[in-house]
Amino acid sequence: MRESIRVFIHRLAALLQRRRLESDLDEELRSHLEMAVELNLRKGMSPEEARGEAFRGFGGIEQTKELFRDQRGLPMIETALQDLRFGLRTVRRNPGFSLLAILCLTLGIGANAAVFSWIEGILFRPYPAVTHQEQLLALTGTARGESGPTGVSWPDFLDLQRNCTLIDSFFVSKIMGTTLSIGDRAEVTTGSIVSANYFDAIGVHPILGRGFVPGEDVGRNAHPVTVISYQLWKGRFKGDPQIIGKTQRLNNVVHTIVGVMPEGFYGTFVGWAMQFWVPASMEEIFEAGGYKLEDRGARWIESYVRLKPGVSREQAQQEIAAVAKHLETDYPDTNRGRGIRLWPLWETPFNNAGALLPTLEIMLAVVVFVLLIACANVGNLLLVRSFARRHEMTVRLAIGAGRGRLLKQLFTEGLILSAFGAAGGLLVAHWCRHALVLLFPARGGVAMHLPGEIDWRVLAVSGGVCFLATLLLGLVPAMQTGKINLAAALKSDSAGVVGGGGRAWVRSGLVMVQVSLSFLLLVGAGLLLQSLQKIRNTSPGFSTRGVLDTAVNLTAAGYDAPRAQSFQDELLTRVKALPGVESAAFARMTPLSYGSYSSAPITVDGYQPPPEEQPIVEYNEVGPDYFATMGVLLVSGREFTRADDEKAALVAVVNETMAAQYWRGRNPIGERVQVKDRWMQVVGVAKDSKYESVREAPKSFFYVPLRQNFSRGAGLYIRTPLSPETMAAALTREVHALDPGLALFEVITLQEQLDRSTSPQQVAVTLVGVLGGLALLLSAIGLYGVMSYTVSQSTREMGLRMALGAGASNLLKLVLSRGLALTAGGVALGAVAAFALTRLLGNLLYKVSPRDPLAFGSAFMILTVVSVAACLLPAWRASHIDPARALRE
Amino acid sequence: MPTSKSEVLQGTLDLLVLKTLDSMGPMHGFGIALRIQQVSQDLLQLNQGTLYPALLRLEQRGWIASKWGVSENNRKAKFYSLTRAGRKQLAQEAESWDRMSTMINRVLRTS
Repeated sequence: MRESIRVFIHRLAALLQRRRLESDLDEELRSHLEMAVELNLRKGMSPEEARGEAFRGFGGIEQTKELFRDQRGLPMIETALQDLRFGLRTVRRNPGFSLLAILCLTLGIGANAAVFSWIEGILFRPYPAVTHQEQLLALTGTARGESGPTGVSWPDFLDLQRNCTLIDSFFVSKIMGTTLSIGDRAEVTTGSIVSANYFDAIGVHPILGRGFVPGEDVGRNAHPVTVISYQLWKGRFKGDPQIIGKTQRLNNVVHTIVGVMPEGFYGTFVGWAMQFWVPASMEEIFEAGGYKLEDRGARWIESYVRLKPGVSREQAQQEIAAVAKHLETDYPDTNRGRGIRLWPLWETPFNNAGALLPTLEIMLAVVVFVLLIACANVGNLLLVRSFARRHEMTVRLAIGAGRGRLLKQLFTEGLILSAFGAAGGLLVAHWCRHALVLLFPARGGVAMHLPGEIDWRVLAVSGGVCFLATLLLGLVPAMQTGKINLAAALKSDSAGVVGGGGRAWVRSGLVMVQVSLSFLLLVGAGLLLQSLQKIRNTSPGFSTRGVLDTAVNLTAAGYDAPRAQSFQDELLTRVKALPGVESAAFARMTPLSYGSYSSAPITVDGYQPPPEEQPIVEYNEVGPDYFATMGVLLVSGREFTRADDEKAALVAVVNETMAAQYWRGRNPIGERVQVKDRWMQVVGVAKDSKYESVREAPKSFFYVPLRQNFSRGAGLYIRTPLSPETMAAALTREVHALDPGLALFEVITLQEQLDRSTSPQQVAVTLVGVLGGLALLLSAIGLYGVMSYTVSQSTREMGLRMALGAGASNLLKLVLSRGLALTAGGVALGAVAAFALTRLLGNLLYKVSPRDPLAFGSAFMILTVVSVAACLLPAWRASHIDPARALRE
Repeated sequence: MPTSKSEVLQGTLDLLVLKTLDSMGPMHGFGIALRIQQVSQDLLQLNQGTLYPALLRLEQRGWIASKWGVSENNRKAKFYSLTRAGRKQLAQEAESWDRMSTMINRVLRTS
């Protein structure tokens, strides 16, 4: 062992001083031969005889030197270096070819690396600085009869924490928007309500001060302390080293700053960077709906667990389900039909990870296709060049290079190209790593935070992709050299024919693969585009035009309920008096916004629910004129008026689905429904509309008067033909006239609200569209390349055809039809693939069949047009060949 | 080519070189070649060139060392000498060669 290491070091050292050792060898052998000649002369031979004898005795000098060199250095490395040097020279000598090839690969590998970095930074390790993210799972509640996840109540959370043994830690992190006042400036920002163990559980520690200590999440409003982010500290507080102990108004409540988190830590929410954290005890200050820490029925928290090492998600899920079962029996009033579910981070339903997952999955497939197309293109370029180099290869084979050595050479050339491509690709990925955010509009003036992450895993996978690309690239010319027949190749056979030639099938095959992949992507883009249009054209059940949506944060300003009520009344009167305002109303929740509706178990006179099921229905608290303002139509009955206040009888408006489900054909008007132990009389039936997502199926829903179920955090809706900007100016004036300390949220149209709720679809369409376009461009280049090469190789044939009387138009047709035949083959292949694959778009499609003829048809049209365009120039060239010259050559 | 001449067995060349250096002291490549041919009374067919890769191999393993010097005829030449490790290796290889040849002889005689 020691000996072989010694030999290796010796050989390695020899690699570095080759020149000196080479001259040493020359000198040693020369001196050997001279001594031999001298000896032979002394034996009495003639000078010629003496020399001849000396050389004979020695054997082959060059052979000896080769043997010696192999023994001296590391032949493997030396030939690799040789190949590398030669390859680099080849790359430099054909700058046009090399640039095109490297550009194709840069786009292919770059698209892959960018998507990998998004997947890593958004799905797999979304929380920079948090340790061992592979052990983290998201935790939500479930409700029987409801498909989506729900929040978890604080008491349930504490019980889970107490009773699960397989889980290292449970922690809460619930996002909230907040007004942050520093000096006289009030700004909206995002923070988290967290459990006291939060920073310990995620393994991130403050750089200044402390995190939260046990017990700080207990007691109603008992611990007004906050930990702030590095950005907030550096930006708003100018990096004040004495920051600890200073105070900060959050939602108008003074909090003491106890800690500053490190740079590069953004909290645990995909989509937004957190600026501060407060313990759960301060929940009432930030959350609508009052004090909830002791209410088992209030399911509001979003949380995570960290598994103990070696525990799988299934095991943890089993244990947690058992605990949830116990809670069901212990607290049937609140927990009947309620369960708990764990999710991998990339499926987290309560942040943007879950929303982006399907898009990123599709993207992954799409970029692999783009890479394949790019590789096919470069493969084709290499192939074309390998014809040009056929002579070189033949000569190398003829003088004794092994085919293996030749393959190694070609492989090295491929590696050089893909290494440049990978370097360029990583640069592209680096530029694009924050690009995803650009596709999402900023909301309320706060930009989203969706960073890609280029870590060693992304580098490793990109490296793997690069290696794969190399193998693919090396494969094509390798198949070619495998077929070189020395005797045949040395005879000249330079004249080809259009559509003929045994080797053409490789190139044609590659082009067909490109066309088929492009077709697939175009169909996918078409389907997504149609879905988006369908979504956009779906009536949400309320007016999107002429209605504006805004809010005044009274919770943040510290208004109590009576004060908030009188403020709302006064503001409403003033707004209605503004010119151009047709009507205005308050309501707690804006449809299709981020947030959750109130929900409650209901009982309906004369309706017997199936056993083991507690009907739970969501509802919205809305003010007078809400239906008229929003444009939600009433089928029968009346809407709420100012008379439906605290003193009046409790009333409700149900939607059509609810009416059909619980009253089964009877007219619900005048009937009673019990909501949270309060009986309400149904006074109206409203048309179904969309509540949380445009894509949701019709579901039961009802409305209650805001006055009878008051909430300070209400949104304001204004029906007016005026623009949001004009309205915002007027509104700000009115709000400030009532209270100069109040901030108005952004004023947007309901159309804007709708568009924001469909942004995942839009992102998918944009990304697939962009990459589909890229794929189309690459394929067009591929088709153009093959057709022009074919034409240039068959000049003689063209000339002959012309000489025999073919007109320019015949030749044009010949070349075009050949190119279109390739396209047709590719489209056929692509159609088969698309038929099988487009259903994988699954959830991203909305009211569009995965086999939608319009998408297939338009993909076909686009490809045909692009193919004709790509073939036109080569065809035109073919038709303008000078027959006299072509035949002479 | 006379058939009585034997090809040098793979590996035996190393042994011959080590033994030569052991008995003759430091020598240059040509000297070693000459010496091996003389001792084997020209019965061994040796391409002198093959000696050089062998010398390099031995040097890489640390059994011999080389140094530029001046030959008896005032010619610049590389001189090889046995190292201590080489001496040990020679003893080992000679012994195993003895054992091997005794065994082969015994087998040949008994059958």
